[in-house]
Amino acid sequence: MIKIAFPHMGDYHIPANYLLSHIFPNTIVIKAPKITSKTIELGTKHSPEFVCTPFKYTLGTMIECLDEGANILIQMGGGCRYGYYAELQEKILKDLDYNCKVINLVTEGQTNIKRINNLLKQIDPKYSKIKALYYGFITLKMVKYMDKIDDYIRENIGFELTVGSFESLKEEMLITFSHVKSYKELYRAYKRYLKKFHNIKVHKPDNRLKIGIIGELYTIMEPFSNYYLEKELAKHHIEIKRFTNVHYLLFEKAHKYKKYKKYSKEYFTYNMGADASDNIARSKYLCEHNYDGIIHIKSSFCTPEIGAMPIINKIASFYHKPVLFFSFDSATSETGINTRLEAFYDMLEMRKDK
Amino acid sequence: MKECYLGVDIGSISTKGVIIDNNNKIITSAYIWTEGNPVEAVRKLLNILKDKLPKQYQVKGIGTTGSARKLIGLMLKACIVKNEITAHAIGTLTFYPNVRTILEIGGQDSKIILIKNGIITNYAMNTLCAAGTGSFLSSQAKRLGIKVEDFGDYALKSKNPVKIAARCTVFAESDLVHKSQVGYAKEDIIAGLCKSVVLNYLNNVGKGKKIVGPIIFQGGVSKNKGVVKYFKEILKEDIIVDENSHLMGAIGIAVLARRNKTGHTYSLELKNVKFITKAFECHRCPNTCELLKIYRNDELVDSWGSKCGKY
Repeated sequence: MIKIAFPHMGDYHIPANYLLSHIFPNTIVIKAPKITSKTIELGTKHSPEFVCTPFKYTLGTMIECLDEGANILIQMGGGCRYGYYAELQEKILKDLDYNCKVINLVTEGQTNIKRINNLLKQIDPKYSKIKALYYGFITLKMVKYMDKIDDYIRENIGFELTVGSFESLKEEMLITFSHVKSYKELYRAYKRYLKKFHNIKVHKPDNRLKIGIIGELYTIMEPFSNYYLEKELAKHHIEIKRFTNVHYLLFEKAHKYKKYKKYSKEYFTYNMGADASDNIARSKYLCEHNYDGIIHIKSSFCTPEIGAMPIINKIASFYHKPVLFFSFDSATSETGINTRLEAFYDMLEMRKDK
Repeated sequence: MKECYLGVDIGSISTKGVIIDNNNKIITSAYIWTEGNPVEAVRKLLNILKDKLPKQYQVKGIGTTGSARKLIGLMLKACIVKNEITAHAIGTLTFYPNVRTILEIGGQDSKIILIKNGIITNYAMNTLCAAGTGSFLSSQAKRLGIKVEDFGDYALKSKNPVKIAARCTVFAESDLVHKSQVGYAKEDIIAGLCKSVVLNYLNNVGKGKKIVGPIIFQGGVSKNKGVVKYFKEILKEDIIVDENSHLMGAIGIAVLARRNKTGHTYSLELKNVKFITKAFECHRCPNTCELLKIYRNDELVDSWGSKCGKY
């Protein structure tokens, strides 16, 4: 019996689960347990010490899934060390005597339909291509809608009149999304919830603080790994702008690169790998568009972002904007984060009051 | 009755208390060791302050800062609880409105605060480790068999400070042992240690920051003349060390307490206040959060450490 599992990243387990369970009706898709301290403990124990933190998180989840009986694991790959995660993790898991296969859907930062077809055939030789295309389409739309709603939430959650109204509605929406049967149904649900979100009463003062969050993709998208940074900012009534989401990575990144390069040509000439160049252009954008500050987050040892940091510092000092750098590791102290965040918030308030 | 405001700065090594009046003038202050027990230290501190405070004053506001600010804030029912970066900046600005850079080295942390036109424009705090902070210097002083208060005088005696690899406390210590075992003089080693604290600070916390005068150096380590000397030498700027440089955080939070007063009058008597913390581990999920419940006079006032918000 084939049992598929995949590591967590934000809420994206819902579309992923939707897709896999519809393409492979004869297999079991295991829902990975929520990321907890135990996950990162397991991951850290079996990972190389100086590997980036997302590796540890995903490895931890994989081990938890294998313990629940999974035998096929799905991993993605990106334009940095992320591209080698699948192979290395498979090796580590085999050394731990787990009988499993890790499938890498994206190699060398690119998706190739032919290769994916071959990979899917390995899981189930009789899978239906038409079904896969149809549900693939729905899933991608679902991701797009989720990201759009998330953008709206980020801008408004700090100003909600009843605390928790956004979060509970989002939870309800995700459950509805996971049960849709057709694209039409999904689209209708999206429109319905969009209206509901717009109907939530918010109080947004004109002189509110606006912060842009940039940085390494996994740490940005998985709230557990950034110690719920966005939630913490929302508590301080701050509007948040975030660029990175799965929709961006899949559909916008490739053609936006040229635009970004032209926009910030005085800062970089060559692609710096992963999201480093994007983040440089974004920090310029944030500085020029009246944002009060920038928070740059990454997992420890993320090489592309380390390369981008001095340039972001330069941009910020050119525009006289403050920037706060965070490096998250499995052993980061939460108190330290809170102290720095609180001081950053105080500083922004003081600058605004001037 | 005259009004006054209390600021308490509970750091990792020392606990500081300052009482100011409406014109930000210091009425009285106290400086004691925390000794790993902030609650007891604050009880002691308030006892000292209570005896020193002239009878015609009434405490109209209490503020807490430092690493134990939240706990002590609950214990004293403080009207404001703020992080040490803001507190230090506010404290310094009340006495030096033209300051541009604040260098601060405390017991466990070190920070740099850049100020322009009286507002903070940027700051940084050490992220690597405690190398080059007060606790490192005091542990080295103990090892060398001298008082940490005399450290500066020893350093000033030296003519050729030795080079010490002070990137990390553990490596620095082994390098120190090595240097003394091969026969370097004590004062040269101490001077080298002071210099390495400065270099380490500038390379770690001060990286990428433009340091412009007037520069003010504060925190416990600012009392060390050797460190001040090397800051002057390396930055080629004058360094101001206020006589109350070790109290700046407490002064800052007292000023903030004055700005946030509620009209309530506080008593400095803590004899009748029972304050207990109970720690336990929650086993409802694999997060196994370490929870802390805080009781004031047998009444649960707060609990910390829960990731899911159940407690």
